[in-house]
Amino acid sequence: MNKDITINVHHITRVEGHGNLVVNLKEGKLEKINLEIVESPRFFESFLRGRYYSNIPLISSRICGICACSHNNASLLAVEGALGIKPSQQVVKLRKLNLCGEIIQSHILHFYFLALPDFLRAPSIIPLATTHLEEVKRGMRLKELANDICVTLAGRHIMPVANIPGGITSVPPKASLQSLKERMIAARSDLWEAVELFSTLETPKFERETTFVSLKRDDEYAFYDGDIYFSTGKRVPPGTYLEYLKEKIFPHSTAKHCFFEGKPYMVGALARVHNNYELLHPQAKEALKKLFINIPTFNPFHINQAQLVEAIHFNEVGIELIEELLKEDLRVEELKKPNKYSSWVGATEAPRGLLLHDYTFGKDACLIKANCIIPTAQNLANLEEDLQKFLLQLLDKPQEEITLLLEMLIRAYDPCISCSVHCLKVEYV
Amino acid sequence: MDKPRVAFFSFSSCEGCQLEVLNLEDRLLNLVNVVDIVNFREAMSERSTNYDVAFVEGSITSPAEIPQLNKIRQQAKVLVTMGACAHLGGINCLKNHFRVEISQKLVYGDKWHYFPSTVAQPLEVVVKVDYFIPGCPVDKEEFLRVVKGILWGQKPFIPDYPVCVECKLRGNVCIFFKGMPCAGPVIRAGCNARCPSYGNSCIGCRGLVSEPNITSWREMMGERGFSNKQADDLLEMFNSYWEVLAGE
Repeated sequence: MNKDITINVHHITRVEGHGNLVVNLKEGKLEKINLEIVESPRFFESFLRGRYYSNIPLISSRICGICACSHNNASLLAVEGALGIKPSQQVVKLRKLNLCGEIIQSHILHFYFLALPDFLRAPSIIPLATTHLEEVKRGMRLKELANDICVTLAGRHIMPVANIPGGITSVPPKASLQSLKERMIAARSDLWEAVELFSTLETPKFERETTFVSLKRDDEYAFYDGDIYFSTGKRVPPGTYLEYLKEKIFPHSTAKHCFFEGKPYMVGALARVHNNYELLHPQAKEALKKLFINIPTFNPFHINQAQLVEAIHFNEVGIELIEELLKEDLRVEELKKPNKYSSWVGATEAPRGLLLHDYTFGKDACLIKANCIIPTAQNLANLEEDLQKFLLQLLDKPQEEITLLLEMLIRAYDPCISCSVHCLKVEYV
Repeated sequence: MDKPRVAFFSFSSCEGCQLEVLNLEDRLLNLVNVVDIVNFREAMSERSTNYDVAFVEGSITSPAEIPQLNKIRQQAKVLVTMGACAHLGGINCLKNHFRVEISQKLVYGDKWHYFPSTVAQPLEVVVKVDYFIPGCPVDKEEFLRVVKGILWGQKPFIPDYPVCVECKLRGNVCIFFKGMPCAGPVIRAGCNARCPSYGNSCIGCRGLVSEPNITSWREMMGERGFSNKQADDLLEMFNSYWEVLAGE
């Protein structure tokens, strides 16, 4: 087919941060397809240097508004590892519950606010309030609950307050935990309604094989910490990430691209569900079935469904954590102090995937060197290959339809551009 | 006033302030009863260049952002900054402690020249700002109060007393008594002392009060065993723009 297509979407909407989609196809030959990341770089890795250890996780959480708690956690793991601090079991449970809140918050935000309008052919969630009021209210109710989990545990979702190196500065009253638990139990029916709704929506048909990368643990569906696991079967400790994950810089993107064994790979909800399927909560597995998803699936649009399935999983994990915490004597423990100054790699699962903070400290308790590997940056190369292959199967469609479908593919990845660039933007016209 | 047309924009930031607006949840639906949201890239596909009120988050950190901000200023009757990055330069200004090329080379190596960058600046350095909503991130209740003020034609009230006042009102144990450093004595209140109420230090995200006694605050920090480095680190986190300029 000798078709010409030129697409230039300046600042893709309903994604976090600034990215442009540029497609140039001449006489049926693809000359260019780029997701330009035009977010201005903010240089966290540079300005973390010289900062006192106790402030590092507070600064690092500012890399991203959507996944501030995950950045906070990766940063805490790195600082505490490098400084020889081992947080208590209670602190770990409280931090895990906070992360459950963040993952649910982010996934629900993406499903209802960013992705659903495409499936229902609306420009945003606001007109959906007229046509689908019940669904919109359900989404808001779920997001509010997830938000309140983070507020209860860390003082705030966007920029958590209470988690600092050495421990946690406040613990929630048991009555607040009890009330969260009751709301999370009640949320089961809302989450299932979301699954019912999604099971009626048509997902574009598309597949491209890739490697899934996520954390892995033997005792739980890894999210707080763990080894790095590649769906090729390799499992390595986070400290060795530099041997496996290679970053490359391209002129069209202020976010670096990442490769494993020279090839793009995928991180995030679909990668986790794939790599850790056995450890998913039975209700989450049930939801996968209801959504007609068979693992493995190499359709990136299924990231949407995987996120919903994870929202169910982490709601259950959260309920279990609260039940354990309610049996304990909850109190603010004394903060643990550093006993050495070295290097460590903190690895956690942010809503969008594997997140690494790699720090080195000097004897004055100040940071000497930082490197952060961000989920969206890891997904960019994979997303660009998907865009290429997907475009070629769409050529007989009208250009408007092609643009929408390509944007839907980008949104399915739920890119978090500010985060990936800590430094991503599409251009003002 | 007719239903004002409201637009949201973001420059270098984490977009957390826009998210905080989305966290209004169903009150967002009430908000769209009184204003028309015509531009909100993070949440909607429609866009318009015709608006009355612009809420802008993020600071200016690259040359391309300056004409974009000027264009917004020309269009908007009222320009409101959202959050510490837009208000103070915020976290982004930590890079101003290094020469820009040093940061560029450190992060992008020999490809550093691909991505132009400048000194990080608060918006008021580039354009006239009508109102500021402080905080990192903004607080959604304060955001609503500012929107109401604009609708009623009244200047929104932002406190100019230190965080300590709100800590006392809430009956918090002083953070200094817990052996931790705190910027509360010189930082603008209005957050209802959120961080100290969760047991952590005030880290200064709302900016300095208009007449801060920094010397006396440093002494207080020193008496409690915190080094000058720790004091600087705490205050610089959000408030280093003017300080770095003064140092040059």
